[in-house]
Parts: sequence; structure tokens; C-alpha cells
Amino acid sequence: MSVIALPDRAARPEPRTRGRRVPVVSIGIIAVFVLIALLAPLLSPGDPYEQSLRLRFRPPVWEERGSWAHPLGTDRLGRDMLTRIIWGSRVSLAVGALAVLLAGAVGATVGLVAGYYGGRVDAALMRITDATLSFPVILLALILAVTVGPSFSNVVIAIAVILWARYARVIRGQVLTLMTLDFIAQARIAGAGAWRIITRHLLPNTLNTLVVLVTLQVGYVIIVEASLSFLGAGIPPPTPAWGSMIAEGRDVVTSAWWVSFLPGLAILLVVLAFNLLGDWLRDTLDPKLRQL
Amino acid sequence: MPAVIDVRDLRTHIVTRWGTIKAVDGVSFALGEGETLGLVGESGSGKSMTCLSIVRLVPRPAARIVGGEVLLDGDDLLTKTDDEMQRIRGRKVAMILQDPMSSLNPVFSIGMQMREPLTMYHGLRGRAVVARAAELLASVSIPAPAARLRAFPHQLSGGMRQRVVGAMAIAGPPRLLMADEPTTSLDLTIQAQYLGLLKELQQRHRFAMIFVTHNLGIVARTCDRVAVMYAGRIVEIGPVRRIFTQPAHPYTRALLESIPRFGARRERLAAIAGQPPDLATLAAGCAFAPRCPAAFDRCVEAPPETEVVPGHATRCWLHVPA
Amino acid sequence: MAPHTPPPLGAPRQSRDAPRPRDASGTPLLEVTNLTKHFVVRRGALGWSTGLVRAVDSVSFEIPAGSTLGLVGESGCGKTTTSKLILALEKPTAGSIRFEGREVSTLGGKGERAYRRSVQAVFQDPYASLDPRMRVGAIVAEPLVINTDLDAAGRHRRVAELLDLVGLPERAATLYPHEFSGGQRQRIAIARALALSPKLVVLDEPVSALDVSIRAQILNLLMDLQRRLRVSYLFIAHDLAAVAHMSRTIAVMYLGKLVEVGDADAVALAPKHPYTKALFSAALPIDFDRPPDEVTLSGEVPSPLAPPGGCRFHPRCPFAMPHCATDEPVLRPESGRLVACHLY
Repeated sequence: MSVIALPDRAARPEPRTRGRRVPVVSIGIIAVFVLIALLAPLLSPGDPYEQSLRLRFRPPVWEERGSWAHPLGTDRLGRDMLTRIIWGSRVSLAVGALAVLLAGAVGATVGLVAGYYGGRVDAALMRITDATLSFPVILLALILAVTVGPSFSNVVIAIAVILWARYARVIRGQVLTLMTLDFIAQARIAGAGAWRIITRHLLPNTLNTLVVLVTLQVGYVIIVEASLSFLGAGIPPPTPAWGSMIAEGRDVVTSAWWVSFLPGLAILLVVLAFNLLGDWLRDTLDPKLRQL
Repeated sequence: MPAVIDVRDLRTHIVTRWGTIKAVDGVSFALGEGETLGLVGESGSGKSMTCLSIVRLVPRPAARIVGGEVLLDGDDLLTKTDDEMQRIRGRKVAMILQDPMSSLNPVFSIGMQMREPLTMYHGLRGRAVVARAAELLASVSIPAPAARLRAFPHQLSGGMRQRVVGAMAIAGPPRLLMADEPTTSLDLTIQAQYLGLLKELQQRHRFAMIFVTHNLGIVARTCDRVAVMYAGRIVEIGPVRRIFTQPAHPYTRALLESIPRFGARRERLAAIAGQPPDLATLAAGCAFAPRCPAAFDRCVEAPPETEVVPGHATRCWLHVPA
Repeated sequence: MAPHTPPPLGAPRQSRDAPRPRDASGTPLLEVTNLTKHFVVRRGALGWSTGLVRAVDSVSFEIPAGSTLGLVGESGCGKTTTSKLILALEKPTAGSIRFEGREVSTLGGKGERAYRRSVQAVFQDPYASLDPRMRVGAIVAEPLVINTDLDAAGRHRRVAELLDLVGLPERAATLYPHEFSGGQRQRIAIARALALSPKLVVLDEPVSALDVSIRAQILNLLMDLQRRLRVSYLFIAHDLAAVAHMSRTIAVMYLGKLVEVGDADAVALAPKHPYTKALFSAALPIDFDRPPDEVTLSGEVPSPLAPPGGCRFHPRCPFAMPHCATDEPVLRPESGRLVACHLY
């Protein structure tokens, strides 16, 4: 049997990729904040917990009474804003990462199992998913805060508990599409069992979607955490968290504007960066799925 | 007989990441009233793009018609404005596509969908629209046409849907009907019915028809002439019977020989070596040369169209007198 | 003239006329008897009322070793369901499937696994039948991973052997499916189907999605492999000429029932059942010398939910007689094949 020559891809001229450019700015912002979070003890000029009533409400350095000792000013208890914002990034990013990863793992599992087995299993899992989707996340977190007490892990769990349903829905939809493709039937014909099909065939083909979803959701989680902290149901003081920092500056928004504004700006930057990165990922990763 | 449609040196290019593809590379043919041309070729041959170019529906901005003339009853379509083309499409030139489910809007009833061209192009109103729509459905042999107007596409079978699409196509009535693989998604016995229907409609309305397909069997039965396309060019064109019994171009010959026939007890089919060409890396010269069993040194240059006998032309150096 | 590619070296030239031997005990490789599959369809707002889709209704045929049975019919005829039953992707409602003399549905775990190894499939869509995230080598090796205890080196050798068998270079194993054309992907699918040296391969429209100039290559490959490996095929396609070319026997299905079964050439050139006649006349062979015997059917293919009574074909049959609406015909021998029709 004469051997078929493979198409010589090298013969094709180099593609002038006119796809969207890599979002360098977004990745840069995220990288900066991640670094700041990781190196907080080394980078922060002071102690986030150190209070000094004498130095209350000092404005940032570019204002009249500001000084380089506190470049971004101080808050109501005289704590250095720059330091607290740096330390606050730890909380926000940690909650963001942990909550989406936990929710992603649970949600993807539910979606894969529901989509693969179908029938009663699918119906039951989807009822649970639907119920979860309709539950307001803030309410759940508040309930947890009231009953079990606010803490870092409770916030992560509360957010993850609500979030997983979103992933489950989307992954299940993808799995349903994948199940109609012949290569799944082929795996069965080859003797593959449920475990192999789910882990070796379905999961890798849903990874793209998962990655995009996870990235897009990080921003949402950070905002939820900030909202919870703002409401007092999130990370308890005195741990610096951007949300509670905004809450603390609520009353002095007109005079000591920096106390609320600067943490808010930090949230804006990080969330925007993650959203833009997620958008770009979706545009670059998902179209390849259509090569199926 | 003056030609209804006269395509002269039509050229359409598509810009891709890997360079410019000459999807339609100098295509010329002419058709008279009541004549059917079969446009045969494989994926990438340019047959569908030729039809889209005739009605100027090439997918912009990547694809552009870059040259040639398309004369419909003497009038060059390539010089028309967008407004003028809109009045021509659906009225003087109609198209039937392969998948009837995507040709019909699934959320509107048949009657509502047929209403659009009838009111737009023919200025019919109210009951006249309904009457004309029912009339059109009856002319494509759809039973109980008045009741069918209220039905939705998903309630009809594939064959029925294609008939509805056909009814909308002949509403003009058109001067040219282009059918792009209209029966590929239909069952065989329904296919036979549908081809019979198209022939009947053509006899009644005398439109010219371009039938795009890869199925040579359909071409043999329904077409008067056939044009074989390869890599954007017509490599052979002529009367159906002559092309099938005395093909001039090696590609046509190889294609005919590779198709299984009934009752021909052959051990192996004569397969064509190689793969269909990658239009992005097409070398100059005859596009079929890499796979051609008769290729020789002149083939590095693109062969001109030469007449084998009047009415039968081919692009092959083997037929160019030395 | 296009060059005639010589058959592979070392393969004995066997004409299709030579009788295919059955195995020593005389049992055919696959024997299907009264195979039936009904699907229950729930209708109504709360799903109370039920309908029954008789997808496959009491179908019987056999496939000898090393031979090809062609199964033809239009949408709703049940050929896809039949193939799924044979591939054990669905369980029959009634009837039996015997493979090498043993009843498939009563096989235990080990027997079932052995059956899976012996029956494989190649499907229509070359773009959906290969996992886009796996390399070709892994795709072809997967049946080996699941069913054998070959080590990595052993699998690697077998994959190279299989790729060579289908005419692909060894380095294809390191590439991903999207780097191949449709025809090459089908070769990969064939290589995978042969990995466990099956005795029967179900070919469900293996070349319909390929370019015309590539189809002959793949059909030739399938015939060569059949000769070399003595594998049987269940060949399902709507290209009747291809089916007639590849098959020893042709079975024609309509709305779940077999209407004609017999030697391929007999059925294709001189069909007896009115439906078979219509089908083969609609297949439009390119033959200007044969007068077209146009048997164009009227009407649509009825829904399998409500098949007509008596002979299921009678509403569309140009030769229908009064009792065709009440009495269902059975397969009877006629002119060297089996036909289910009251005309005979």
C-alpha cells in the first residue's frame, strides 16, 4: 500500500495573525496585583494594623497636607492606606482564586456527570442546580455570617456554594453537545467505561470553556467579597479588605474621599483586568472548539 | 438564441490569513432559456462561490469579486448598485440552497415567509398575497396548500421544505435559477421527485438553471450541459452526453472512472492519486498537474481554454495543437 | 486512462465469485434473527400518552466471515438503529443476535468485552469521530489501552503497524486530527477500528462526507483490508452504486422491515420489490444506453410512529392491490433472493 503524503503545512506561508492582540495591559495589571499580594510583607511600607489617632485622615501625598510617609493617606484610625490596600489585595485575590477554583471543580463535576448520564441523574442534578441559581448569594453569606460567624473560609465557601451552579449549567450544555459526536460512541465501542469517557474525552474538551468561565468570574467574586465586607458579613475587621475599607469611609466620602475611593479604584482595576483577559481568552480559545 | 445568463471571465478572490485565494479564477459560460448547466466539482473547486458571485452575495469583506462580467439578459450585474441588486435577487435570479431548514426561518409560518417577497416584489396586498402563495405551493405539488400556509418549517418533512423553498424561488418568475446541492440532504426517492419537479417548473417558466452538485448521476439525468470545475477554474465544459462518453480532461476522465457503477464487476476502483489542492499554496500552471497521470513539461504553465469540438471546450495542454 | 493502482504486495487475488467459506462448524459470523427494537415516545403535555416507534421490526439476516452485507434504506428505515443494536450500543426489545454461534445479549462481562473487541465501527463524519484533543497515536491506541495489557512499546509498534496498513506514515501518530484532511481522518478511524483485529466492522456511511475523488481511495482501502484481514463488513450507505460494488449481499429496509435481501448484483440490476426498484432507479446510474425505468414514488416516507397497516409500503406503491392494506407480506424466496411482496 503506497503511503499517503501528509499535507506539508510548512509550504503554507506564515499566517499574518489578525486575531485580537494579547491584552498586555490586563495581564500586566493582574501580574502586578498578584505580585503585590504575594510580596505584601516585603513591599508594604508599614504595618496595616498600626493605628495612630494623631495621624487620622491624612490625605494622599499630592494633596496639601499629605506627606510621603503616607503616600495614599490614612484612614479613620490613622492606618496607612497604601499598606492596607496592598494587604487587601491578598484577601481579594485569595478569595477570588479559591472561590472560583472550588466552584469550578464542583460545578464542572456536576455538569459532566449530569450531561454524561442524562435521564434521572441529570434531572435531579439540574433541579439542585436551578435551586442554587435562584438563591441570592449575599443573603446566603449573611445567613452564614450570622449563624457561623464571619471568617475568611466562610466567605469562600458561601461564594463557592452559589457560584458552582453557573459552571454546572454551562459545562452540562457543552457535554450534551459533545455526547452527540461520534468519538464518544467510538470510545464506548472500544470498551471505555464512564470514568474513562468523562475524564479522558469529555473533560479535556470542556477545559477551554472552563478556563474562560473561571477567568471571567474572578472579577465577579471579588466584587461579591467586597460587597460582603462592605455589609459587614465578609472578612471581619481588622483584616484589611477592600470592601470593608470602602464601608469605613462611607461617612467621610465628601471630606476624606481617599478612604473609600482608593480601595474602590483597586477593585475596579483588578476586576476590569480579569474581565478583559477573560474576553480575550474566550475569543482565542473557543473558536478552536468549532474545529470539531 | 440570446443567452439568458452570460458569465465572462468571472474572478472572485478571498483574502485569508495565508494569503489570497483565487476562489473563482476566470469562469465563463452562457446559458439560454430552458437550458440547464451542471456545475460539478469538489470542495474548494469554486462552484458555490461562482453562484454567490453571480448574485453578488460573496461573504464580505474577505471575499471580493475582482473582475469579469455577469450579463443577465444583456445587463451586467456586476455594475449594479446594491439597491438594484436587491430588486434583482429573488425576482429575476433565485437560489435554492442545500439545507432547507436554514433557508426557512423556523419561527415564522410558511405563509408569513412567502408573504415577504410577494409584497416586496410584486406589490400584492391582503388576500391577493394569500391566494398567490397558495397558488405557488400548489404549483410545486404540495397537497392542501392553503392549510400548509399556516404550518411551520419543523412540521414539514425535508422534501416538503425544499418544495416550499422552490415555490418561493419561482415566485418571480426568475430568469435564472441556481440550485446548490438542493437534493443532497434528501432521501433518494424524494430526491427523484424533486428533480422531476424542477424539470417541470423549468419547462413551464423557461428559466435557465445552474445545478451545482458533486453527484455525476444527477448531472447525467437532469442537465443539458456540464462544466467541471477544479481549483477555481472550469477545466471542461460541454454537452452532458459528450462529456460523459468522451471526456477530454484527465480530471473528468479520472472522476468518471473512480465512480462505482452498477453491475461492473471490478476489483478495484480507479482512484485518483493525491489530495484535492490546497488553494492557499497553489503553484502557477495547471492546478491538476500534481495528480494528473498525463502531466508533462508544458503543464507548468496554465493551459488556455481550447475547443475540442464546437460546444465542447477544455483547459488542457493535451488538446492544444502543437 | 487513469493508472490502475496495483493491489498490495503479497495479497492473494481473490475474486468475489469464490464462495466465502463459513467456519468449520458452518455457522455464519453474525446471525440476526427477528431483531426488534421499539422506542417508547412520550407525548402530551405531561408525557402521559405514549407512542411506539417500531424502529426495527423482526429483521433477520446473516453475515458470513470475510464478507460484506450492504444495508440500504432511507431515513426512518431503521438501518442506523440496526447498526447500533449490532454494536451493542442499544439493547434489542426482542429477537437475537448471535455472534460466532453465541447469543450476544446473554453474554456476561467477559463475553461482552470479547464481543466488543470483535465488533468495531467507522462512522460518517471524519470531523466528529476523532477526539480533537488527543494525538492520532493515542486515538488509535485507545482500544489497546482499554482491552489489552500491551505495554507502551507494544502499543507503539501496533499503532505503527496499523497506520502502515491504512497508508499513513508513522509520524502521523504524533499529530493532531485537525492537521489531516477528511480522507486521511477516515483512514485514522479505520486504523482505530482495526486495532483489536475485529472480525466485523460496521461501516456507517464511511465515504459520504468525503470528496468524490477521495471516495474511491477509501473504498479500495476497505476492500484491500477485507481481503488481507478476512474481516466482515456491515456496509450502510445511501450511495447505492458503492454498496453494490462493495457488498456480497444487499438487504433493503423500509420502515423497520426488510423488503428484499439477496445477492448484490441480483438486487441492484434486477430488483423485484417495488420499493427496491424505485430506490435503484432513483440512484441515477450514469448509463445513457440503459433506458431509464423511472419508478418515481409519490408521497412522503411515513412517520415510524404510525406505519401503514398491512404492507408498510402500500400507500406509495404503484402496484398496490387491495389486500396489501390488510395483509403484511413475509420474506419469500423469489428469483434467487428473498422478497416481501404480494406480487410474488
